[in-house]
Amino acid sequence: MIKRTALMTVAATALAAAPALATDVKLGVLNDQSGVYADLSGEGSVVAARMAVEDFDAESKGINVEIISADHQNKPDIASNIARQWYDQDGVDVILDVPTSSTALAVADVTAEFDKIFINSGAATSDLTRGNCQPTTIHWTYDTASLANGTGKAVTDAGGDTWFFLTADYAFGHALERDTTAVVEANGGEVLGSVAHPFPGTDFSSFLLQAQASGAKVIGLANAGADTVNSIKQAAEFGIVQAGQKLAGLLLFINNVHSLGAETAQGLQMTTAFYWDMNDETREFSERFQAEIGAPPSMVQAGVYAGTLHYLKAVEAVGSNDSSAIVAKMKEMETDDPLFGKGYIRKDGRVIHDMYLMEVKSPDESTGEWDLLKQVSTISGEDAFLPMEEGGCEFALAD
Amino acid sequence: MFELLGVPPQVLMGQLLIGLINGSFYAVLSLGLAVIFGLLNIINFTHGAQYMMGAFVAWMLLNYLGIGYWPALVLSPLVVGAIGIVLERTMISRLYKLDHLYGLLLTFGLALIIQGLFRNYYGVSGLPYAIPPALQGGQNLGFMFLPNYRGWVIVASVIVCFGTWFMIEKTRLGAYLRAATENPELVGAFGINVPRMITLTYGFGVGLAAFAGVLAAPIYSVNPNMGADLIIVVFAVVVIGGMGSIMGAILTGFGLGIVEGLTRVFYPEGSAVVIFVIMAIVLMIKPEGLFGSST
Repeated sequence: MIKRTALMTVAATALAAAPALATDVKLGVLNDQSGVYADLSGEGSVVAARMAVEDFDAESKGINVEIISADHQNKPDIASNIARQWYDQDGVDVILDVPTSSTALAVADVTAEFDKIFINSGAATSDLTRGNCQPTTIHWTYDTASLANGTGKAVTDAGGDTWFFLTADYAFGHALERDTTAVVEANGGEVLGSVAHPFPGTDFSSFLLQAQASGAKVIGLANAGADTVNSIKQAAEFGIVQAGQKLAGLLLFINNVHSLGAETAQGLQMTTAFYWDMNDETREFSERFQAEIGAPPSMVQAGVYAGTLHYLKAVEAVGSNDSSAIVAKMKEMETDDPLFGKGYIRKDGRVIHDMYLMEVKSPDESTGEWDLLKQVSTISGEDAFLPMEEGGCEFALAD
Repeated sequence: MFELLGVPPQVLMGQLLIGLINGSFYAVLSLGLAVIFGLLNIINFTHGAQYMMGAFVAWMLLNYLGIGYWPALVLSPLVVGAIGIVLERTMISRLYKLDHLYGLLLTFGLALIIQGLFRNYYGVSGLPYAIPPALQGGQNLGFMFLPNYRGWVIVASVIVCFGTWFMIEKTRLGAYLRAATENPELVGAFGINVPRMITLTYGFGVGLAAFAGVLAAPIYSVNPNMGADLIIVVFAVVVIGGMGSIMGAILTGFGLGIVEGLTRVFYPEGSAVVIFVIMAIVLMIKPEGLFGSST
């Protein structure tokens, strides 16, 4: 299950002129490599981490990086077993990615126990920096609160003031429903009800009919990946949108939009931390990435790249692989990378950067297979993420 | 107007109909399994992968050769059935003399390999497959909006299921098949080529899975993992109906679709497990299954 995808060693002795000793670090990319989230994280995240190591030119800076990866199959027990083995026996210093909120919460706890570092990109739950926060967790790309402040707020402001949720029945879905409910209510809206569906699901028509019967103006899809794709397809099939209700896909990735096709998905709004076609730097990175993986990077894969880059900068500054010192350095240094631009990491581990409200292009507007989104607005990091004071992360608020 | 546990009757009617639609898939899939088990004594764990291949072949026919839905409904089961026949001849037939477990392990391994190959080439996000133009749109039934395609799924499944039942239980060919299962040597002595009949039966069972796959392609995304979860549920359906019972597989398939649909209204969190709970109860009370014979 555990495979070595890249082994990069450097002979420090070759740098005869450099007086500093080489630092060895081992990165473990732990994610879904075969299930519903494999396309948006999976092998692409491993490639993203490797590209960060190459772009940082770790070798010439005296940092020996080894990357290993494993498939956690979206199961918390498997994820925490691998994390334990990696920290305990394999000498892993940092675990990256970890989509699926339930597995991320498990890995966050194991990481704290071993006093290592966890840079999460794939998981959504805002609990990683709220009640379940750990001093060793950094949550990079997005979270349920930022999705709620993006799509949830935009849809409510546009007149969608009554909601019904279709919620994936695990940590992520419930966190997304909770955070979106807070935003809807804060903006004068009302939640009429919700139904929890099994994860992963196949047929959503039954739940969609319940949503339809609720009479709510907006059906909020608090699910992800193939579940969201199937919900949207089936809502179209059952004429739910034509009958006047609006769908709000609260978490959509570029891969999902591609799978739906512009014809079905056009006009849907979504919140993202990254889109490949934003500026020259994102396009340059995406082109290199696509050459290896066959699709442009998702925001999750982009977050793995940015997180790895920032981690390596901190390792260079600290000059050792001392986890506590590196985390402190990461939170002290401003984040700055080609994909997310400038930002910073809060004491509770939340990375603050801009989020973007996007809309899916119509087939006429789209000029290429992956030319799928247009930007509606930018949401500043401070507005997108929940303020630390409201999050309830105890260690961060203690001092 | 009466309400059942706070659920208005219109909603309930809609849910019953949706349960019937999902039950159609369970019925066609469990029928294929029951045919293969009943006549070959092989527990075909590759069935879910073959269902997925049915959907993929339909997608490939459309995207590589420009062949649409209706021809695919016939061609895809033939192609996947032929692949099944190759598997049966080259591998599965070697295990007939051994315990069921060997066949189960072989077919399970094959399923993992097939799914892995498709995942490698096509990823897991799913590929779009449009509903054929003739079946787009839907009917307003008063209590719900029924998409034409879903109505077609019910009709097609019922025809295929009862056609299969009729062929096996009521025709001469079916009688040969059933006799060959009971006593292959004797039937062979009458000049009937038993191994060829068994091979074709396996191909037919696999073709049923592929047929369900083509039916599913326009409504669920065409995805390498689409059969992996479904196959477990379908096995539970077969066990509840009685291993090898043709009519049992059909009726339990439709019936459990409805039970699952109702669970989604009254206790949605339990909808993923309700079939397994029923399976456990049936196994305790009537281990041979609802329609199984106790021999």
